[in-house]
Amino acid sequence: MTALDQVEVKEGVDQETVDAVAQLSGAYKYGWNDDDIEMDYAPKGVNPDIVSLISSKNEEPQWMLDWRQAAFTRWEGMSVPNWAMLKVADIDFQDLYYYARPKSMEVKPKSLDEVDPKLLETYKKLGIPLKEQAILAGVEGAENDLPERKVAVDAVFDSVSVGTTFQAELKKAGVIFCSISEAIREHPELVKKYLGTVVPPSDNFYATLNSAVFSDGSFVYVPPGVRCPMELSTYFRINAENTGQFERTLIIADKGSYVSYLEGCTAPKRDVAQLHAAVVEIIIEEDAEVKYSTVQNWYPGDEEGKGGIYNFVTKRADCRGARSKVMWTQVETGSAVTWKYPSCILRGDDSQGEFYSIAIANNYQQADTGTKMVHLGKRTKSRIVSKGISAGRAQNTYRGLVSMHPKAKESRNYTQCDSLLIGSQCGAHTVPYIEVKNNSSRVEHEATTSKVDDDQLFYCRSRGMDEEEAVALVVNGFCKEVLQALPMEFAMEAQALVAISLEGSVG
Amino acid sequence: MLEIKGLKVDLEEEEKSILKGVDLTVGAGEVHAIMGPNGSGKSTLSYVLSGKDGYEVTAGSATLDGADLLDMEPEERAAAGLFLAFQYPVEIPGVGNMTFLRTAVNAQRKARGQDELSAGDFLKEVRARAKDLKIDAEMLKRPVNVGFSGGEKKRNEILQMAMLEPKMCILDETDSGLDVDAMKLVSEGVNALRSEGRSFLVITHYQRLLDHIKPDVVHIMSNGRIIKTGGPDLALEVENNGYADLLAEAE
Repeated sequence: MTALDQVEVKEGVDQETVDAVAQLSGAYKYGWNDDDIEMDYAPKGVNPDIVSLISSKNEEPQWMLDWRQAAFTRWEGMSVPNWAMLKVADIDFQDLYYYARPKSMEVKPKSLDEVDPKLLETYKKLGIPLKEQAILAGVEGAENDLPERKVAVDAVFDSVSVGTTFQAELKKAGVIFCSISEAIREHPELVKKYLGTVVPPSDNFYATLNSAVFSDGSFVYVPPGVRCPMELSTYFRINAENTGQFERTLIIADKGSYVSYLEGCTAPKRDVAQLHAAVVEIIIEEDAEVKYSTVQNWYPGDEEGKGGIYNFVTKRADCRGARSKVMWTQVETGSAVTWKYPSCILRGDDSQGEFYSIAIANNYQQADTGTKMVHLGKRTKSRIVSKGISAGRAQNTYRGLVSMHPKAKESRNYTQCDSLLIGSQCGAHTVPYIEVKNNSSRVEHEATTSKVDDDQLFYCRSRGMDEEEAVALVVNGFCKEVLQALPMEFAMEAQALVAISLEGSVG
Repeated sequence: MLEIKGLKVDLEEEEKSILKGVDLTVGAGEVHAIMGPNGSGKSTLSYVLSGKDGYEVTAGSATLDGADLLDMEPEERAAAGLFLAFQYPVEIPGVGNMTFLRTAVNAQRKARGQDELSAGDFLKEVRARAKDLKIDAEMLKRPVNVGFSGGEKKRNEILQMAMLEPKMCILDETDSGLDVDAMKLVSEGVNALRSEGRSFLVITHYQRLLDHIKPDVVHIMSNGRIIKTGGPDLALEVENNGYADLLAEAE
């Protein structure tokens, strides 16, 4: 079932890219970076030609190109949002590469020895078994003897999806799981029907930019009544320097279906900040349920705050049908800057949205994250559990909106925001916005702030744990409610990550 | 085993001297009790030995089997075989008691270069030890010390001690907040751990704990010094006459 031929790997396009770019823009620039992984770039900057190039690279139909160009035109008239509690240096959007792909996708590594050791180290730290590391790193033949555990994986490396596993098995169940570029080619009717209906191309600065230049991402369609037979997972990795990553994820859970989707993110260390502006759209029809879990471990910058990923992400789920359900769980440990509010539009009557979040900010990291629960339907319910952890000189903000519309009678929300401080130079902020426009709904909000207690640490250490183990234990305890919401495998990763990201935060 | 010589300790925050020259030697397999009025420095001694922040050692030494305790991090002292049963065990929300125990046991094993205990072996061990202390499965699952009664907290300390198998155990007012039955249970737990290679330093206000845990040697501490050392009878003397006479004698 798991032969190599089921893994879809795209062909290389190096010379072709170069030629296409030359023809399109005249201002000709490309290059292989001098890292282990050779890359193929489009020229720096964004303009209608680049948008066309990306579209043509993905062999897209005209309607898609038109959609992108419309988004680009709109984006040109927009300005960078500045309402978040973030200090971000100005980003020169013309000084970024908008399209990069690993040249090596045609020549795959033969064994783990040939794979970037840094990449393997990251996977190892995340607790991913060797075999999966091999698959994710694209080692030839590694698919042949997969372990028993079944998680279908789509790996997105810089701009392109490099491989999706288990496609055939999923197909049997009727589930479509592929890269979005493939979906645009193979399933245009679905993409046309749903793309941009949750996060419209005009939504916000970063989402609009994404609509114009997204290069790849994942697509999931679960047909009516189908319970997806395995967890679906995407691993995102930004590798190339000065490259923005703009992936687009579209998940559709048709009536009465169920799917659990995992997203993992890593990036190597770079001195220069890198931009990540993704869009995730989820459509949940009647009686369907989607669980979306993220473990985000983008490079956070070094101890002095140099480099790191700027993570500006728009994630939104639309509970369109009655009794539909969505659960967002996120563990945000990485990125220099996080700007992210996975949200739920509770449109269907009796629909439910849940948001569980752990956001860790260490050193000079800044996180402004939270959720929006927009209650439109009757008897809709939402629950928010947010755990923010700040260490070093980091600033961590929870920003959340709970909105009960006039027709959302008898709806309920419960919000719990807990902040934990490690050390005395970090900050935690809670900014809840609450709007209630009917008199039968109920909104509850609880917030706490605490410090990691020296007595707790001493107690742990007197039992033999070193300082870092002690901090990890106490912090994992603090995050427990959220960790429990993660799928088992991911919870282990997340626990390990909590420990890694707080390394050196005490003493 | 434990050898303390001329130990002088100040509070770090304010210039206040707490221990003013403590000499104490506990031999292998011996049980020593330290009694004394409030503020005499008993708890400070236990904290300084186990490495808590906030104290400054200005003179003297403390060694465990010849190894310099004062030079080690708290976790190194634990791995070397020192254990402190806290007067006020600390709550750690969200961390299961079992997880805590297992993390501690394996951290010490790692520090000593031993393999980690397998999940199965650990479970077997912890269940057997918990049963002796009448700690049920429910209590093992609950977060560390959160919502535990006074008696449960102290029994939990003894469970940790049993699992970690230290060679030098310090019990800091383990009897405080215990009713008679709980004190009996805790004492039985301690007595079961007495052995030739394991020593105890029992800090207490009252003689009653020493009815259950019979000491070999009793020290009276006052104003940062050990002012008198004797046999078990000394504890009875304190019980009958209070500290006043002893303190006056020492002046």
